[in-house]
Amino acid sequence: MRYLVLSLSLLAATVGIDQAQTVLIRNTTVLTVTKGTVPNGDVLIENGKVAAVGKNVSAPANATVVDGSGKFLMPGIIDCHSHTAVEGSVNEGTVSDSSMVDIKDVLDPTDINIYRALAGGLTVSNVLHGSANAIGGQTTVIKLRWGKTAPELLFEGAKPGIKFALGENPKRQGYPPQGQGLFNAGAAAERRYPGTRMGVEEVIRQSFTEAKIYQAEWKTYKERAARGEHPIPPRKDLRLEPLVEVLEGQRYVHAHSYRSDEILMLLRTADEMGFKIRTLQHVLEGYKVAKEIAAHGAGASTFSDWWSYKIEAYDATPYNAAIMARKGVVVSLNSDSDELQRHLNLEAAKTMRYGGLNETEALAMVTINPAKQLGIDDKVGSIEVGKSADLVLFDKHPLSDFSKPLKVWIDGHQYFDRDKDLEMRPGFEQQKKALQEKQAAEGRSGRGHGGAAVNPGPTAGPMVDLTGGGRS
Amino acid sequence: MKALLLLLAAAVLPAADSNSVLIRNVSVHPVTGPDIQNGSVLVLDGKVAEIGPKIAPRGGARVVDGHGLQLYPGMINAGTNIGLDEIQALHDSVDLDEIGMFNPELRAEVAFNPSSQHVEVVRAGGITSLISLPGSGGGGGSVITGQAALMHLDGWTWEEMAVKPSAVMEMLFPQIQSGGGRRQAAAGAQRSYRDDENQYKERLRQVSLFFEDARRYEKAKTAGAPDFQRDIKLEAMLPVIDGKQALFVRASTERAIKDAVAFADKEKVKIVIADPREIGATGPLLKAHQIAVVLGKTLALPEHEDDPYDAPYTLPNEFFKAGVKICFGTFDVEFARNVPFEAAQAAAFGLPHDEALKALTINSAEILGAGDQLGSIEKGKLGDLILTDGDPMEAKTNIKQMFIAGKEVSLESRHTREYEKWMKRP
Repeated sequence: MRYLVLSLSLLAATVGIDQAQTVLIRNTTVLTVTKGTVPNGDVLIENGKVAAVGKNVSAPANATVVDGSGKFLMPGIIDCHSHTAVEGSVNEGTVSDSSMVDIKDVLDPTDINIYRALAGGLTVSNVLHGSANAIGGQTTVIKLRWGKTAPELLFEGAKPGIKFALGENPKRQGYPPQGQGLFNAGAAAERRYPGTRMGVEEVIRQSFTEAKIYQAEWKTYKERAARGEHPIPPRKDLRLEPLVEVLEGQRYVHAHSYRSDEILMLLRTADEMGFKIRTLQHVLEGYKVAKEIAAHGAGASTFSDWWSYKIEAYDATPYNAAIMARKGVVVSLNSDSDELQRHLNLEAAKTMRYGGLNETEALAMVTINPAKQLGIDDKVGSIEVGKSADLVLFDKHPLSDFSKPLKVWIDGHQYFDRDKDLEMRPGFEQQKKALQEKQAAEGRSGRGHGGAAVNPGPTAGPMVDLTGGGRS
Repeated sequence: MKALLLLLAAAVLPAADSNSVLIRNVSVHPVTGPDIQNGSVLVLDGKVAEIGPKIAPRGGARVVDGHGLQLYPGMINAGTNIGLDEIQALHDSVDLDEIGMFNPELRAEVAFNPSSQHVEVVRAGGITSLISLPGSGGGGGSVITGQAALMHLDGWTWEEMAVKPSAVMEMLFPQIQSGGGRRQAAAGAQRSYRDDENQYKERLRQVSLFFEDARRYEKAKTAGAPDFQRDIKLEAMLPVIDGKQALFVRASTERAIKDAVAFADKEKVKIVIADPREIGATGPLLKAHQIAVVLGKTLALPEHEDDPYDAPYTLPNEFFKAGVKICFGTFDVEFARNVPFEAAQAAAFGLPHDEALKALTINSAEILGAGDQLGSIEKGKLGDLILTDGDPMEAKTNIKQMFIAGKEVSLESRHTREYEKWMKRP
């Protein structure tokens, strides 16, 4: 209950700062990412868009002026792999092809991790199904409009996607029962096909073979109907529909992958079946097949430095992003984590150490590159006139480990303000105390919980849910 | 002629494994003293012999020009499972969390795999030594998991790597095991809070009995009782109950910290609090008892849904402001190399920069009982040094060279080798 009340307070608080439409951020270092850096620059926000970038931009009479001196402005950070704001489990694990389910149906706009990520400068997330199936569920791109409803989170016009998964995760439920382990399904779980990488390939091939037949049936039906005949329509198949969309280029494939063999397998299967892989996710051994990834035209969305947590992550190297970038792949750094998504700018900084990328290349890894991968680079990912005013003001250069975000705008609305957040804390503390006192009083008078000992709530243990989004 | 000169040069060059080095013309950050611009540091036979503005080469020391670079003491990660855990998901590659509630006789040192790929990887991050803990922090009901080793990240065998083989005794302080909240409710848990609390008290009672056993054992041993028999478990507890070896107590919550301090008072043992996730009202208590804290990850999620978003970021400074001595660990394997970034994030949220650096160097050494050997560039200490092109807490900084006990060690790793190999793929 106290969580609900606090969440409501945060919603109210958000409305409080969600007003200014015309904003001039003045005299700051503008890191546009695509058009260089403007020292002592100004950025004007009007009607949710960037209206001007440059020096000595004059403020319209109604503009709120933000002094950015000594600070740094960058585009809102974009995460190409997230499970934040998903209600309950992210995996429909019972089938090898779960393309019929859609993350869009289970978005939870009250997930506190949305706000926490905003406070780290994140403005856009590609929210994905889990990796339990060779072909997983449908995915959706959201803006972190904290305080809005689930439909209002959706990124207008962003193409929907579908999750694929290769390697250890989709074959895990095909293993013989081995008891409980971090990554084992558990002795009680029923085995289900596939249990090998060969089987993973077969599931994808089989599903797309069916999808092509299904596509042809509908094509024939529509042609006959157009000729004025009265054919019986084919039976609707909710599993094959999204795969037909993939074949027709209407839905992006985001494929969880680790090893170079499986990456190459997927590219070749897609080539053969006639569809494109939009992004390879994690793609820890992408550096071994960068040439093939670039030739296919797939993007690569990887971790900055995750490695060794399982055998398929043992050949990982933090130089992966730099190698792929140097070999012509569009590379982004993702989080796959409620925690990591709070500091993707710091993850980007690691590419300067690991592979010697320059500042702009590093920043691109978490801004314009993921925007390109999600097909939204005409709207977000850089500070340019006409693009959405998704902006983050940092106190220091965002590639410094000593920096932190101070203000975050999405579509020109301010969704995070560190000063306001700090200002509101005493009020929250008071509300919380009042609720605790009320609860204690009810407990004493025998009401509420019938006088039974009340569990005081989370007191111990990590709050990270390894069974849900978990490790990739 | 040129060839002859080269030959002569080679003849006077010290052997590759020389442990004497003179680093000149470098910005020296001793940590325990003022920075020296354009300074020099001389290491002879593995130990710092001299620090100053200008030092002439002597003792066969190899000369390194540090022009434009920064010289820091090697950093220390005060909480890892390096050496005992290679691939987390493969149990055969993991040697953590032995069966049994009390395992004080177990030594992390003897199972530390010197060929672990993690050694080189962590070293490349500017870390020259670390604590290897026998427990993962979550394992199987164990309370005393064993002796943690302070290891140098250089050496052919674990024996050569060990700086302080039994630096601290790791203890997972019993906690009230209620996950609580909505998740537990959804799982249909039937246990009440009272049940959980009773179980907790029972475990504390067992711990007290074990310490009591150790004390009686010591008495019998000292008295030379005729029927005295050696017991390796209780024998291993003697340095702890004598206050010579600190208990490295993992206590994440305010209540666990308070209970751990009360426990230390009662048992008259020395403790360090490890990986706390909150401070609550424990600051004055820790300060009064002069109990130090080994912090876990700063880059973490808040523990509770209604915590401020930056609660883990400000936590190190909360302890510092309370007058508690702090240092940093990561309590893992995979991200052990990132410990400097955990300190930097704390600095971004209030911890003074110099304190963040101390919490990676001198504080860590002192808390782990190796303040006389590690943690700063001072005469007589081991020559654990890193040459960098910037602040070692910044990811964009490059660690250019490293010396462990005066010997230059490679910064190559599995990761750099893959990089070099695959960049060359046509």
